[in-house]
Amino acid sequence: MSAGLLFDATKCIGCGGCTAACKEEHELPLPIEDRTTAATWTTVQKRAGVWTRTMCMHCLTPTCVSVCPVGAMQKTARGAVVYDAEKCIGCRYCMMACPFGIPKYQWDRPVPIVGKCVMCAERLADGKQPACATVCPTGATTFGERDTLLADARERIRQSPQRYVPHVYGSDEAGGTAVMYLSSVPFAKLGLPENLPRQPLSLLTWQVLGKIPDYAMMAGAFLYGIHWLTRRRMQLAAEANARAARPAGRAGA
Amino acid sequence: MTTRTLRAPRLGFWEVFGAVVLVAFAVVAFLRFSRGLGAVTHLSDQFPWGVWIGFDVLCGVGLAAGAFTIMAIVHIFHIERFEPILRPTLLTGLLGYLLVIAGLLFDLGQPWRIWHALVFWNPHSVMFEVAWCVMLYTTVLVLEFLPIVFERLRLERPRRVLRAIGTPLVIAGVLLSTLHQSSLGTLYLIVPTKLYPLWYSPMLPFLFVMSAVAAGLAMVVLESTLSGRAFGRHLEMDILEPLARGLVVALGLYGLLRALLLHRTGAWLLLLHPGYEERMFLLEYGIGVVVPWCLLLVPAIRRSKQWLPLISLFVVMGFLLNRLNVSVTGMERAAGVRYIPSAMEFTVSVGLVALGFVLFALAARYLPIFPDEAPARAAADGG
Repeated sequence: MSAGLLFDATKCIGCGGCTAACKEEHELPLPIEDRTTAATWTTVQKRAGVWTRTMCMHCLTPTCVSVCPVGAMQKTARGAVVYDAEKCIGCRYCMMACPFGIPKYQWDRPVPIVGKCVMCAERLADGKQPACATVCPTGATTFGERDTLLADARERIRQSPQRYVPHVYGSDEAGGTAVMYLSSVPFAKLGLPENLPRQPLSLLTWQVLGKIPDYAMMAGAFLYGIHWLTRRRMQLAAEANARAARPAGRAGA
Repeated sequence: MTTRTLRAPRLGFWEVFGAVVLVAFAVVAFLRFSRGLGAVTHLSDQFPWGVWIGFDVLCGVGLAAGAFTIMAIVHIFHIERFEPILRPTLLTGLLGYLLVIAGLLFDLGQPWRIWHALVFWNPHSVMFEVAWCVMLYTTVLVLEFLPIVFERLRLERPRRVLRAIGTPLVIAGVLLSTLHQSSLGTLYLIVPTKLYPLWYSPMLPFLFVMSAVAAGLAMVVLESTLSGRAFGRHLEMDILEPLARGLVVALGLYGLLRALLLHRTGAWLLLLHPGYEERMFLLEYGIGVVVPWCLLLVPAIRRSKQWLPLISLFVVMGFLLNRLNVSVTGMERAAGVRYIPSAMEFTVSVGLVALGFVLFALAARYLPIFPDEAPARAAADGG
């Protein structure tokens, strides 16, 4: 039972209610900036003539969760990708790796942490909806079970094909995301990358990491073998030299 | 006997330069930890990794690769004529890793939590592998280096203990450092849509190991030249020439694999319309791989005391450019910003290099690093 959010860009009027609710819910300092930062976890902006939101996509197999060396990023059972500031060492690999460029950093603090949308995981645990979804006056942002939302989104495209680009963004991008988009303009124009593989990005590194134990054993055995062989050969050579150096008469005695 | 060590250091250009750099380094260090990363660096949400990762870590680890290469050649393949350069190379490797750790402490947002990697595990993270490789391989390097210190202090028993575990230690060192070199390449496997196609490849882990071996060998040549000049020792061309032959093989294999991969992905087609990235690539591959490789094919050049260090410098520069291209040039287009490190970021990087030179000089002065100096020293002490 995995939760998700559906954002329908054709319904957004740019009122900014979601951004204000987010600030209030997470006690983030004002102002509401025009792009996401460590203190502004979601934005509403007009791009290509269309109002669109930027927020964490809450990937089904999150890249940030796979790359964090200390497990500060975690995917909850309900589907939210949450961040544990107490574990974070500040390597910023999550920022590098996230295909959507979501995690942001407190560059101006001597003790900095990462900031990103956490799908109001605490509200979800209480059985409530994320703050942004509850305040949206037009139903542009809706909360629900991901499967239901995806079916609903496909139904909207089927009923009004002239209104939408025929794809639900997030249905399979980078292995699928819990936050999905509908739009009347190409998703790239909303700032969403359209060149992502359909598989989770973490497969790329796991293919290598998974082979390390085999490599270590085989290379270790190989190196020891070479070490033993070359030393043995040197010993034999030394013995042969020693024999050759002995007086010939001793062999006959 | 003690007059040699008590003599005040002569104040030439490099000594003054080094002192200025180290003072500036201390000032930046204070600002970094009191005001945060944003106050001293040009890093941003769009460009979170800069020159402290690209140069201090990626290049530092790569240039330390001579240590595992020479350790393997001498102690696993038993090619013992390289024994005389073993200790300086080991020292370079150890200092390289200590400086990488110092660089990491600057770059991490909360470096005082570096121990978290020991307790909060995530084996799916390349960064987790990197962290463990740094810790374990630095430990191995320290254990490999300690006999030199024990020899100086005339501590026979601990020296024997370390000698007893010598072979497993060397094997562990080779495994850990090859894993570490490759893992730095693996770090970038996760950004297929961000890293420019001239540098992204599924084979990045292999490319990082191979280029590090080549750069490590070139560093051995350079460091032998520099210490030869600094300590008034003659160049051991009978050792460096075979190393140069190894360099031909390592650089050739790396260059070939690189070319094959560019051909397979079709990324070489980008070179037909050269832009910023293409020019940086041509600089890297041209002066760092093709030109030195061709020159090294000539036996007279490999044997030349003038040419070989110069060509090795080219190889090292090409290597540095490669790591900076992967970490900076190749990431700029996707980030949508141009990253140019701040003067303070430069100061830290240059300061760490300067610190490396100072520590090398100190170690070379007080420890038996250059073994063939020992008889000369004994003779001087006796006379």
